[in-house]
Amino acid sequence: MSALRNTLDKMKPTFSKGGKLSALGSFFDAMETFFFVPKTVTRRGTHIKDSVDLKRTMMTVIIALMPVFLFSIYNIGYQMNLAYGYGWGFWMIVWRGFLKILPLYLVSYIVGLFFECMFAQIKGEEVNEGYFVTGFLIPLIMPVNIPLWMLALAVAFAVVIGKEVFGGTGMNIWNPALLARAFLFFSYPKMMSGDAVWVAHKAGVDAVSCATPLSEVASGNLHYSALDMFIGLIPGSVGETSTLCILLGAILLLWTGVASWKVMLSCVAGGLLIGLLGDVPAYYQLIMGGFAFGCVFMATDPVTSAQTETGKWIYGFLVGAFAVTLRLFNPGYPEGMMLSILLMNTFAPLIDHLVVNANVRKRLRRAKTV
Amino acid sequence: MSEHIRLKRGLDIPLAGAAPAKIAETVVPDLVAIKPTDFKALVPKLAVKEGDAVKAGDALFVDKMRPQVRFCSPCSGVVQTVVRGEKRKLLAVVVKADGQNDSVKYDAVDCSKLDKQAMTAVLQERGLWPMIKQRPYGIVANPEDAPKSIFVSAMNTAPLAPDADFIMDGQFNYLQEGVNALARLTKGGVHFSLAASKEAGSAMHDLKGVIFHTFDGPHPAGNVGVQINHISPINKGEVVWTVDLVSLAAIGRCLATGTYDMSRLVAVTGPAAEPVYVKGVQGMAIAAVGKYAKGENVRYVSGDVLTGCNVGADGYLGFFDNQVTLLEEGDYYETLGWIKPFRLKKFSFSRLYWSWLANKKKTYALDTNVNGGERAFVVSDVYGKVLPMDIYPVYLLKACLAKDIEKMENLGIYEVIPEDLALCEFVCPSKIEIQKILSDGIDLMLKEMA
Repeated sequence: MSALRNTLDKMKPTFSKGGKLSALGSFFDAMETFFFVPKTVTRRGTHIKDSVDLKRTMMTVIIALMPVFLFSIYNIGYQMNLAYGYGWGFWMIVWRGFLKILPLYLVSYIVGLFFECMFAQIKGEEVNEGYFVTGFLIPLIMPVNIPLWMLALAVAFAVVIGKEVFGGTGMNIWNPALLARAFLFFSYPKMMSGDAVWVAHKAGVDAVSCATPLSEVASGNLHYSALDMFIGLIPGSVGETSTLCILLGAILLLWTGVASWKVMLSCVAGGLLIGLLGDVPAYYQLIMGGFAFGCVFMATDPVTSAQTETGKWIYGFLVGAFAVTLRLFNPGYPEGMMLSILLMNTFAPLIDHLVVNANVRKRLRRAKTV
Repeated sequence: MSEHIRLKRGLDIPLAGAAPAKIAETVVPDLVAIKPTDFKALVPKLAVKEGDAVKAGDALFVDKMRPQVRFCSPCSGVVQTVVRGEKRKLLAVVVKADGQNDSVKYDAVDCSKLDKQAMTAVLQERGLWPMIKQRPYGIVANPEDAPKSIFVSAMNTAPLAPDADFIMDGQFNYLQEGVNALARLTKGGVHFSLAASKEAGSAMHDLKGVIFHTFDGPHPAGNVGVQINHISPINKGEVVWTVDLVSLAAIGRCLATGTYDMSRLVAVTGPAAEPVYVKGVQGMAIAAVGKYAKGENVRYVSGDVLTGCNVGADGYLGFFDNQVTLLEEGDYYETLGWIKPFRLKKFSFSRLYWSWLANKKKTYALDTNVNGGERAFVVSDVYGKVLPMDIYPVYLLKACLAKDIEKMENLGIYEVIPEDLALCEFVCPSKIEIQKILSDGIDLMLKEMA
């Protein structure tokens, strides 16, 4: 590692201000801080700082996504195998699944990080690690067979319009990953429409579309068992199918305190409550479609969720309640989680405003009574 | 008889290097300095020139706006240097001590016979006035104000802070005298907060003429700002004054004995220190305790690690400080440090390291590395966990950044000074300089409200 350190030290002047490659400075800086915690020391304010930083926080989310990620590799291969009756063994299934998911990740990270670095360079800031997570999430909420150009377009939209125009990570209103999906949902509805998803196919053969549990519920003949949906060997977007794996991730997020338990709990409560009105048992709503994934990994995004603790209860509850309301009462969209989270992202600042305003009013009242 | 307030939110940083309760020596500093920069928003006017002989209690500089507020030399000697910075800004007046400790002599005062005006005049004449701070803003109190009440915190919960009972041993009469003096300045009484855990055994328990409160909980429970927020929060238009314990004893001593004696027990603490208590004096050269430093690359902080000032090995103790914290500088790279699973020597308030599972008595030799890069506010729930006040810190800070005076007022700018939010800055995963933002916000308020 000291060899790498020396190389980086040698390269540094080239990428620093005034150097030949200073236009790539933010990229160099991102790489350097990836390999080494910088040696900067506190200048003013507190002389010591907590060991935690955003890199570690974001990385924890990715580790929490690992069970989902690994499972989805297997499930992609499994669904292919099922659709075409190849009779693959375990490792072949994994290998085929991996080959399917790899290009999605390459496109997501290359396109996303390109724009991240570009904006960081323009603004003269460090590259933010927020895209680690966003870039990891985007492929997981896409249909497997999405054309790569479409994915690239969605990623570019999410990063530029969804995040950078607001000032970057921490300033965005909507969850960027979901925005990528919403972009495709409205721009290419045929590709993303809710009543069927594409199962990965072999080149040259027509794609096979399979009904998801949600669309079956919408049409009134669900033939997946609750256990199937909980384990997740069913068709669906790449990462959303296995509630079990999502639960493993949720445990890590709650154990480390990275995600808010208040949002998760109230989201589940909201979903269950409205779910009581449906034909299927209420808990089905939690294990079908993207509810669990959205609840654990999307609704809890600290930037786009409500920021006040009271607000988090309200926000989470409404996310869950709206998602299931859309599922049950809107024939146009069998899945409502994405729209529900984006809608509540929009209203989160309003919820916070009301909560903070209560504090302000308390202060003003106190001043008056004295 | 006393109101007990238990605070849950906060954090005691388990920093290594607490000083054992034993006085190692009396240090006689060669140089002492009084720094106008220890006072927020003060515009100083020099009262001496280099080469002047001064006694302890002679003014070195005064407040330009209120020349009767005098800032005095803590010991006798000769003015050696007047340190100026950019635009000739006065940074410090350095006095070469002659070792005689010759003080200006005053008569003893019976505070009970003085009204507010006379009391104010006495405190100003003797150079004791700068020890009274005003809230909001944390500036030197304006003698013309009628403060709602005066607050004294007799507990210091900051990391490695000197033990209040230990440093006040034998000073009880002076504290009582100081309280008597303060009581003349306000109609609202003197509020005196003790640590609940030590209340029973504390001599300060017997003080007369104060309203007692006991507090219990992690830092910042000992911060006077937090205590005010729970006892009687400051509203717009109100003013309260605060005096720290060491200053209170100094005020009382000067009134009772007639000598300007700024000696105090100073705790030398921190992971890069041989922790001890020494008997020193206000503004003394840090070099006088330099021998207690361990290691090559040491940062000398006057005060505690959260709010202190990096003064360097050749710097001076701050006006209000009775603690020196020595830290190892953290200017090293760490390979992939942010993702290493264990890093058992690192401390974190978050649960992303193992320190939250470790033995609660374990201490950590933390250094000055930032442990990351500066980012925007992302994680929203961490700040409230270390701020036991009814305030939304992130919203207040954003109002400060946006320079929105009305919002700042509404969100509680009058109730906090940077030290109250210091823990928020420590735990911030985005490494935002919270105290600086708040301090700039307060500067803006001072400018706009003047």
